[in-house]
Amino acid sequence: MAVRKNQAHLTAAEKRRLVDALLQLKRNGKYDAFVTTHNAFIMSDTDTGDRVGHRSPSFLPWHRRFLIEFEQALQSVDPSVTVPYWDWTVDRTPSSSLWAADFLGGTGRSRDGQVMDGPFAQSAGGWPVNVRVDGRTYLRRALGVNVAQLPTRAEVDGVLAMTTYDTAPWNSASDGFRNHLEGWRGVNLHNRVHVWVGGQMGTGASPNDPVFWMHHAFVDKLWSQWQAMHPGSPYLPTAGTRDVVDLHDTMRPWNNVTPADLLDHTRYYTYDTAA
Amino acid sequence: MSRPTRRQALGATAGTLAGLALAGSAHASTAAARTPSDAARTGHEGHDAPEAFDEVFQGRRIQGAPGAGHMHHGGGYAVRIDGQELHVMQNADGTWISVVNHYQPSPTPRAIARAAVVELQGATLVPLA
Repeated sequence: MAVRKNQAHLTAAEKRRLVDALLQLKRNGKYDAFVTTHNAFIMSDTDTGDRVGHRSPSFLPWHRRFLIEFEQALQSVDPSVTVPYWDWTVDRTPSSSLWAADFLGGTGRSRDGQVMDGPFAQSAGGWPVNVRVDGRTYLRRALGVNVAQLPTRAEVDGVLAMTTYDTAPWNSASDGFRNHLEGWRGVNLHNRVHVWVGGQMGTGASPNDPVFWMHHAFVDKLWSQWQAMHPGSPYLPTAGTRDVVDLHDTMRPWNNVTPADLLDHTRYYTYDTAA
Repeated sequence: MSRPTRRQALGATAGTLAGLALAGSAHASTAAARTPSDAARTGHEGHDAPEAFDEVFQGRRIQGAPGAGHMHHGGGYAVRIDGQELHVMQNADGTWISVVNHYQPSPTPRAIARAAVVELQGATLVPLA
């Protein structure tokens, strides 16, 4: 059983093995397939039409399944590796060890946003950005440039206190926990972190930055925390909702898994601390 | 080098705004004749489709036009940067995002086009699949 750890607590050896596995998935082409899938869903999920990966109740189970598949791909390279999570309420500055040269590397230079250090810098040679929306083939970031502050723990706690999972119209205009966590409404948690990182993380091809997985692992952990706080609050909607994945509907692109199958993360992995 | 001066860019903006004012009044007179397919195309019966625009912003030509979007992805409004289509999407609250600024809404298609120009730092868009 995989144990997902806080990235800040990884040993030097664990960081090295994770980086090596990421570079190997990039080399064998499996990594870019995940970027392609994410961008396809980003572009097709709309508030008034079919929506699966984003701006909808299935945002959380869809990304849970997406991360499980990615974690399995990592483990096909190195069975000891799991996806760590980035608690951005704690590690909230560009000087965090997350952004050190022995892990993800730091922010981009001002001229062109290019990341200049770490294993994913263009100069290191192992991280070409192939699935992209513009001509630039290097990893870019602008930590803290487009929005000054990452969400605080108090802001997270305010969203975790919401008792209803999701509400009609089941999109970016909804009230409830899911849309406040996703960030289209309210204090803005998940969306704001993408904007804070900048570069490819602000685009539809955001998985080009390996921090994507650690950001979403923490969003996933917050869903687990919310479930533990509100054991009587179910996934919604439960049936018969047009354009939306109900509790027992299968989700694209897998077509063999439903939100109901994914509500209990302990079937797939656990955390280093109690969720 | 064809990069316009700031004065030229501002002039283009002012000219476009004058054109928009005319287009706006024309639009108002035909609003009652909008068909259901118009509403379906924008996805927002309560919002009027944004008007077209065409200007030079920070050295890039940005254009927007209703009814010409990349229909495969459900768009009903096309935005171009130097002639290449930028994938844009309207949120339920009327704000806009693009594939370049996907998690940070802007109030209008023009604003999201300008945000994309800033983000691109001169890079060209990859054609939509």
